[in-house]
Amino acid sequence: MITKAFLILEDGTVFEGKSFGAKKEVISEIVFNTSMTGYLEVLTDPSYAGQAVTMTYPLIGNYGIAKADMESRKGWPDGFIVREFSRMPSNFRSEDSIEHFLEENGIPGIYGIDTRALTKILREKGTMNGMITTNENYDLEKILPALKEYRVTGVVKKVTCDAIESYKPGDIKSETVDVKYHVAVIDVGTKKNIIRCLLNRGCEVTVYPCDFDAQTVIDSKPDGIMITNGPGDPSECVDIIGQIRRLAESGIPIFAICLGHQLMALAHDAKTYKMKYGHRGANHPVKNLDSGKVYISSQNHGYVVDADSIDSAVAKPWFINVNDKTVEGLWYIGKPIRTVQFHPEANAGPKDSELLFDEFIKMMGGDA
Amino acid sequence: MPKMEGIKRVMVIGSGPIVIGQAAEFDYAGTQACRSLKEEGMEVILVNSNPATIMTDKDIADKVYIEPLTVEVLQHIIEVEKPDSLLPNMGGQAGLNLGMELAESGFLESHGVKLLGTTAETIRNAEGRQEFKDMMERIGEPCAASELVENIEDGIAFAEKIGYPVVLRPAYTLGGSGGGIAHNRQELEEILANGLRLSRVGQVLVERCIAGWKEIEYEVMRDSNGTCITVCNMENLDPVGVHTGDSIVVAPSQTLSDKEYQMLRTSALRIIDELGITGGCNVQFALHPTSFEYIVIEVNPRVSRSSALASKATGYPIAKVSAKIALGYTLDEIPNAVTGKTYASFEPALDYVVVKVPRLPFDKFISAKRTLTTQMKATGEVMSICTNFEGALMKALRSLSQHVDCLETGDYDGLSDEEVLEQLSVVDDRRIYLIAEILRRGISTYEHIHEVTMIDEWFIDKLAILVEMEKQIKACGGNLSKELLTEAKRLEFPDCVIARWTGKKEEEIKELRYEYGLIAAFKMVDTCAAEFASETPYYYSCFDGTNEVVEQSDRKKIMVLGSGPIRIGQGIEFDYCSVHSVWALAKEGYETIIVNNNPETVSTDFDIADKLYFEPLTPEDVENIVRLENPDGAVVQFGGQTAINLTESLMKMGVKILGTSADDVDAAEDRELFDEILEQCCIPRAKGDTVFTTEEALKVANELGYPVLIRPSYVLGGQGMQIAVSDDDIKEFMAVVTRYHQEHPILIDKYLMGKEIEVDAVCDGEDILIPGIMEHIERAGIHSGDSISVYPAQSISEKIQNVLVDYTRKLARSLHVIGLINIQFIVYQDEVYVIEVNPRSSRTVPYISKVTGIPIVDLASRVILGAKIRDLGYEPGLAKKSEYKAIKMPVFSFEKLRGAEISLGPEMKSTGECLGISKSFDEALYKAFKGAGIDLPKHKKMIITLKDSDKLEGVEIARRFKKLGYDIFATRSTARVFNENGVLTIPVNRINEESPTLMDLLLEHQIDLVIDTPTHGDKLKDGFLIRRTAIETGVNVLTSLDTAAALLTSLESSEEGKLSIVDIATISGEMKQETK
Repeated sequence: MITKAFLILEDGTVFEGKSFGAKKEVISEIVFNTSMTGYLEVLTDPSYAGQAVTMTYPLIGNYGIAKADMESRKGWPDGFIVREFSRMPSNFRSEDSIEHFLEENGIPGIYGIDTRALTKILREKGTMNGMITTNENYDLEKILPALKEYRVTGVVKKVTCDAIESYKPGDIKSETVDVKYHVAVIDVGTKKNIIRCLLNRGCEVTVYPCDFDAQTVIDSKPDGIMITNGPGDPSECVDIIGQIRRLAESGIPIFAICLGHQLMALAHDAKTYKMKYGHRGANHPVKNLDSGKVYISSQNHGYVVDADSIDSAVAKPWFINVNDKTVEGLWYIGKPIRTVQFHPEANAGPKDSELLFDEFIKMMGGDA
Repeated sequence: MPKMEGIKRVMVIGSGPIVIGQAAEFDYAGTQACRSLKEEGMEVILVNSNPATIMTDKDIADKVYIEPLTVEVLQHIIEVEKPDSLLPNMGGQAGLNLGMELAESGFLESHGVKLLGTTAETIRNAEGRQEFKDMMERIGEPCAASELVENIEDGIAFAEKIGYPVVLRPAYTLGGSGGGIAHNRQELEEILANGLRLSRVGQVLVERCIAGWKEIEYEVMRDSNGTCITVCNMENLDPVGVHTGDSIVVAPSQTLSDKEYQMLRTSALRIIDELGITGGCNVQFALHPTSFEYIVIEVNPRVSRSSALASKATGYPIAKVSAKIALGYTLDEIPNAVTGKTYASFEPALDYVVVKVPRLPFDKFISAKRTLTTQMKATGEVMSICTNFEGALMKALRSLSQHVDCLETGDYDGLSDEEVLEQLSVVDDRRIYLIAEILRRGISTYEHIHEVTMIDEWFIDKLAILVEMEKQIKACGGNLSKELLTEAKRLEFPDCVIARWTGKKEEEIKELRYEYGLIAAFKMVDTCAAEFASETPYYYSCFDGTNEVVEQSDRKKIMVLGSGPIRIGQGIEFDYCSVHSVWALAKEGYETIIVNNNPETVSTDFDIADKLYFEPLTPEDVENIVRLENPDGAVVQFGGQTAINLTESLMKMGVKILGTSADDVDAAEDRELFDEILEQCCIPRAKGDTVFTTEEALKVANELGYPVLIRPSYVLGGQGMQIAVSDDDIKEFMAVVTRYHQEHPILIDKYLMGKEIEVDAVCDGEDILIPGIMEHIERAGIHSGDSISVYPAQSISEKIQNVLVDYTRKLARSLHVIGLINIQFIVYQDEVYVIEVNPRSSRTVPYISKVTGIPIVDLASRVILGAKIRDLGYEPGLAKKSEYKAIKMPVFSFEKLRGAEISLGPEMKSTGECLGISKSFDEALYKAFKGAGIDLPKHKKMIITLKDSDKLEGVEIARRFKKLGYDIFATRSTARVFNENGVLTIPVNRINEESPTLMDLLLEHQIDLVIDTPTHGDKLKDGFLIRRTAIETGVNVLTSLDTAAALLTSLESSEEGKLSIVDIATISGEMKQETK
């Protein structure tokens, strides 16, 4: 039985589609992702907590669900918006259908809408809130004010791990290699593959929840600290920023990704701002300003570090985005700290910049 | 990195004549590269033997040499032009091989010419099989177990070691030429022998068979700084085993998870990084369907058919960016012309599905084996874009211009379920229709279909969705609900098909659709999935979205209809005409809109017209665009028959046809109307009549007396045209032709064996301009596209010339031609007859434009807009003869089509052409043969077998070959006649006689040439087998004595020493006229 579903945007635009996945009404921030593959990685990326994701690629679910590809324990987005989902997934690893996965994870989906038209609205007017509902008798007059009021808050707390977790090489399908380093991972919404990339390189990993105490981490004498990706507005994470400031002073090599990168910048008194519609996809070119080499990167961020707010005595741009020239990476003067806005751990997306993990190993004194 | 210093004069090598495996995509790439180089202020010296190309225009390059593509000629041009660099990777494999030879011989270095883009070493590493394998091993990328062999014994030994089946791939060949899969020793020997001969270096790779794996391609770019990106990946619906050029290909990949996608992407980038490629590159993979195991099939370090497809599929101009990279720019410095906001280092993101379907030539070569293998057979392809796979496939199928508009073809109607299922294991171009039929009948499961075909079940399900919709439409009893019709249109079922299945008229479906508000919307191809605002007006239609075409122009708009897929009879020349027309119209201040569906062409480059609609060329699809754009007029006369066929529909839509009116086009095709016109003009034509039925045909043929010429009207390239010598021929012909519904009658004419003359002219309604008169070397009866054409005509008297001009003028005026007209005449016993008149552009337009310097399409386009020939600076009449003799030589692809009949007749068979130009006729002829790859002699041995009526005439030919030192072998009857006439000839046994026979002779590889004039319908006879064996063993075959005589002339006159070279760009059309 096909049920109608509606996507109502803050600006009053209504898209009529059909419902799939969980049948519930949600209000969320509507964003779009341009990756042509990797919908499961997107769905399980904690950075999408508090957002409903539109896939610009029109055919979703073609290769089904292979649970090994999940980037965290569950699906996070508030909603999932596609043009068409495949009724018959086909791939040798597929264990499930996208439809069932959404149901199981309580994520309402809407399909059969013009995702390109939706993307153009978000591009022109900027990211905005919206509602997915199956209620045909929706009342715009009531809904629109609610949409305008809606704010995404407290999402990092929602996605971080409950307690300290430990991993050894060989865990979570990583390579079984000798342990050479110990890395403390600050989980503000980590993707599994960040941990896996460390494990593959001989790191034993201790994952700390976002309410960690910096001193405890420092006292554990890790060889390096990794601050992960995560959802939401970085400036909201005041406590975490305070703790990170202490980590930054510890002299322990730090590598930070995405939200971690933003938090580190905020810990050094730089500013972040919300981009009009962010970078979400697997095709963004970032340029290493040292080598001049360009890497295609996986990206997922709505906020960015304001280049003008960076004290040039504190940090220097490491990477920039080739298209819009925004800051994509920083290195901190006189400190063993390097951070990137994009996702060297990929999943979904290209692995071109995975070698940055090797750089991190070198920072810890290794030869990668 | 900024542009390199010291590059000012760049030589670009084209790919030569169009053959299967090397088609229009290289004109597209080369043209784009030349424009890109000129943008950077370079002087471009272009060499290509193919006169039908756009790249050989003086507006594209500064110096244009339409000369045979041989090392000697290129060296000569380098000595004369002194380029400082050479760009070798735009001319396909042919261009690359030449560039390599020039580099490796040290010639480039000694002449101070730098090889731009990819280095010779890189090319060697990518193309040399062993080098490539070694390199892959070094970086740990998997290749199929393989061994390069130089003889059959080693091949057998290796195959027996790794086990059958094995794949055979000759090194350095075109379109997988000579390759194949061998399942046993016998097949191995056969294919390997062929492959060894075809390989330039006499090497064939014998490798593990991975047939049935998923075939995935990546188009990647790398700059000198080591930045690598993927432009696009593509998945072949047909698994490994079918050449990608013959596969249905979808972009991006559909059944790969991100893990697989990235695994292969990473591999592709590692490979090009290791190779050190600078520019575009194609990497082909085989991916195991049920594991992560993959194998690198091959790497093409150049632009290719796939790169053209990827460029059109994404909007990312690979050739253009490659050219800039060759000059030293890095990807992050090259702006993306589509968005203007992003750079060439941004990987395209698609928000639609692209499907490419090959155009196979089995309608032309009925006897050819339809089986698809690793040897490419397609002459062209179509591409379509839609928001879903089903829709994209449906659009592509109807773009093929092959009487197909859906998956139901009726081909299986009489077959039992068992018979249908039996065919599932046949790998040919009908496979998807067969699968659809199986799904329609419900006689097998997805699993079984997958097991037999190895086609991924995702694709099988998509075919099933289309079949389900088909059933729903058929079952709705004409009661099409809004819901059903909405879904049917989303899946791109055309109105005419829905009408057929519901017993309604197409018009009714359309009306219902409008009532329901179901109107095609147009979306933009923008490289970035709408992430950035783009201005490039490159559109496709869909039925599940909102329209985003911006209506802004206040200029008058003209729509130019393109010519669709490249097929025999309708080739690249019509793209040349369409593009030039667009440029001419734009120069006159009009907004131009082009509609076409061929991804290989220049016309579908997004910066040719003001707007590009990548759509099928059917009335409904065109009407969708017309509704939106409401053009002030449409031009159909440049897009070949495909465009002409849309004339009536366009008029019904209320679109003004610019130039010659539809009624007059009809008058040229309609036998009765045309006869009236001829009578009024007092122009004789061969007697004939029109018929609809076999009975009528037999009656007319007998009245006229055999031989007669029989053909359908409204077709191009003499499709289906035959010379009938008996009632049986007529019956056979009518049986084939009436398989499809005939709206138009069949024409039967008395066949006159005279000299064929061809004229292209521009007419402004009053005056005509004839740039030149062409004469065919072969007597009438061989299709004009397959004849050697000579300009200016060499053997006609002034009196005949005046008659030709007079007739052309009379016909053009009587038919009210505004624009182009092409007329074929026969001069028979000093009398001029008209064979046919085509009030549109023709195959010879690009060639004659170039050799006369008269820009025919440009003039015709302006005439269409109302200009007069005199106003354009030309005196009406026949233009003054050029001081050059220019010879257009047809080029064939018979070696690619197993089992195809190669003898020439009224139905066109050539795939391309090349030019020989010189002040001397003999040298021009020599160059033309050379350009066509007919390179004699090697062993100075030849075979001549002639039909009885040719035997006496053949004596002189044989005598001349003998004089040149040839040993002549012939069948006994031919030998007897030659010997009786004093030409020493060695008689040889026929094939079914005792050894040694003609066949044995051929297989000794000592024969340079076979001259075989076929008797009618000898498909099963010796002649056919000899011709096929000769072609497949790489021996030149001529089937007309006229061609043989021309070849002799060229051989007799060829002297040692350098050929002259001619810069076409210096030829300018004299405005003085010879006759008035």
